[in-house]
Amino acid sequence: MSPVQQGPLWTVLLVPVLLAVLALGGAAFARVLDARADGRRITGSVLAAPLAESGRLLVQQRRSVVASDRLLARTGVVLVPVAAVLAALVVPLGGVTASDLSVGIVWFNAMEVVMWAALWMAGWGTNSVWGLVGGYRFVVQGLSYELPHMFALITVATGAGSLSVAGAVAAQDGLWFVVWMPVAFVAFLVSALALSFAGPFDTATGRDVAGGVLAEYSGVDRLLLLGGRWLLLAAAAAMSVPLFLGGGAGPLLPGWLWTVVKTVAVLGLLVWIRSRVATVRMDRFAEFGWMVLIPLTLLQALLVALVVLARGAPSMGGM
Amino acid sequence: MVTVSIFSGVIFWVCAVGAVVTGVAVFRVDSMARATFALLASFVFAATPLLLLGLSYLGVLVVLMMIMEMVVMAVFMIMLMMNPAGLMPMTMVHNQRGSLLIAGGTFAVLGTGVFLVDWPQRRGEPAPDVTFALGEALMGSHMLVMLVIGLGLFATIVSSVVLAHPRGRYDRFGDDLKGRPADDPIRGSIG
Amino acid sequence: MSLQAFLLLAVALLAVGLYGALSQQSIVMIMMGLELMVNAVIVAGAAFWFYVSPAEPDGQVVVLVAVTLMAVEMAMGFAVAIAIFRSGEIDMTDMAAELKD
Repeated sequence: MSPVQQGPLWTVLLVPVLLAVLALGGAAFARVLDARADGRRITGSVLAAPLAESGRLLVQQRRSVVASDRLLARTGVVLVPVAAVLAALVVPLGGVTASDLSVGIVWFNAMEVVMWAALWMAGWGTNSVWGLVGGYRFVVQGLSYELPHMFALITVATGAGSLSVAGAVAAQDGLWFVVWMPVAFVAFLVSALALSFAGPFDTATGRDVAGGVLAEYSGVDRLLLLGGRWLLLAAAAAMSVPLFLGGGAGPLLPGWLWTVVKTVAVLGLLVWIRSRVATVRMDRFAEFGWMVLIPLTLLQALLVALVVLARGAPSMGGM
Repeated sequence: MVTVSIFSGVIFWVCAVGAVVTGVAVFRVDSMARATFALLASFVFAATPLLLLGLSYLGVLVVLMMIMEMVVMAVFMIMLMMNPAGLMPMTMVHNQRGSLLIAGGTFAVLGTGVFLVDWPQRRGEPAPDVTFALGEALMGSHMLVMLVIGLGLFATIVSSVVLAHPRGRYDRFGDDLKGRPADDPIRGSIG
Repeated sequence: MSLQAFLLLAVALLAVGLYGALSQQSIVMIMMGLELMVNAVIVAGAAFWFYVSPAEPDGQVVVLVAVTLMAVEMAMGFAVAIAIFRSGEIDMTDMAAELKD
């Protein structure tokens, strides 16, 4: 009945691998966009730059600051990629999912909220004023994007009549959610950029505060933060496919390929926005989030709830 | 009846010990940041047994809420406490011995009670979808609870803003409330 | 795992929280103690739901109410802390003794 089945246990191991490949692809695409904007030629070295940078950071020596809170700093840094992978666990690839949780949508939300604690700890732990400023900035940003993000997820759950990702995919059998929940989709994409502190929402690692959270990190720690941010963006892009774009549904091609195609398209769009839009000051984004995004997403949720009521008996996809 | 696998038993006891140890750590560590995140760890440890009982929604909800709450709490801790990083250890306690006695006594009395009371037998089985059962109860037989929660949260939002915000609309928009844009110390209409 | 084990965990959390709420001087630390005590209510509510009457959702409702209570306690606690800190640079309960004088 349900188009998404629980996969065997080893698929859990596949999730970080696929996510890493996706994240590397996204990072490489960002380098290509940057090179084009600078008027440089796009060569193999531009494409391989993220991989080369990762290798360089792996062998670079760690730097540490006097009286840094090493426990919190390490915890925060490690939590960034771990939360991204855990969030991606519930994303189905075609008809198979690594873990078909009955509350997959809430799980995704909880794992992505881990970023609040992770970035604040990472910023606080280095005993650096820039890091702390960056951590505080991310908390402000979190307060701005989190509620629209939650309302977008709630809208999907309302439309599907289920909190499980498989239920959301099943409910989009006829019509994709993006068609009748466009506001929620846009809010989700905005928050995807914001939660991975990328592009217009990179004030937490801004140049004006000497790199913010990243200021004192080098070597493996820096790799985990930078890589974790790409993993998060990839996970959010992958999650938007089962939530709004019908999962693996599509003509001709097999389900898993459709999922990959859609994910790559969404990630490409996000990376393009990330590279082309200037940084938004966080007080502006706070105002935009609270005065524009929250009312709009609330109205969207109301509209969807009314449609579900008018349609009669809910589908109960995830029962 | 209740399938008690050894695996979940081990998870439970690890989480139970972890929850209590991190809970004690909240009041033992010097750094306020560490105290806050020790409390967060205690909550996550205490939420895991909920998942073992099949309460997946409530367990994940507790984790989600507590992370947001504790990060906000950390901000307030750093703001209000002396010596937030714990670099110069100091104790800020009163009536240490009395508190210990009362807490220990409570634990002893209630702990003995746990094993002495003849708890009722288990009746019935969980619904196939416990989250759905909770939602149905809140929107049906327990509607009053939902109403009170909603009203309570709304009253909390209003009263906490009134208590905590130093500037009213006359400060922001001028005496005739016509000043636009608002005169705020922080830009973005949020100050 | 049994009802007793869960209740023992809840009692331990309650006792730790009670110690914190009674012994700490700083308002924020007292609130942490209170949060631990509410946490004990969550654990106990869930345990009673599962081991006593899993067919009824009442236990789950208790957990939900406790979670809400925690949010309310946090918000109001910080609002009051900010308000009295602003009125007299007070951040410890022993200093807030106007009603005593």
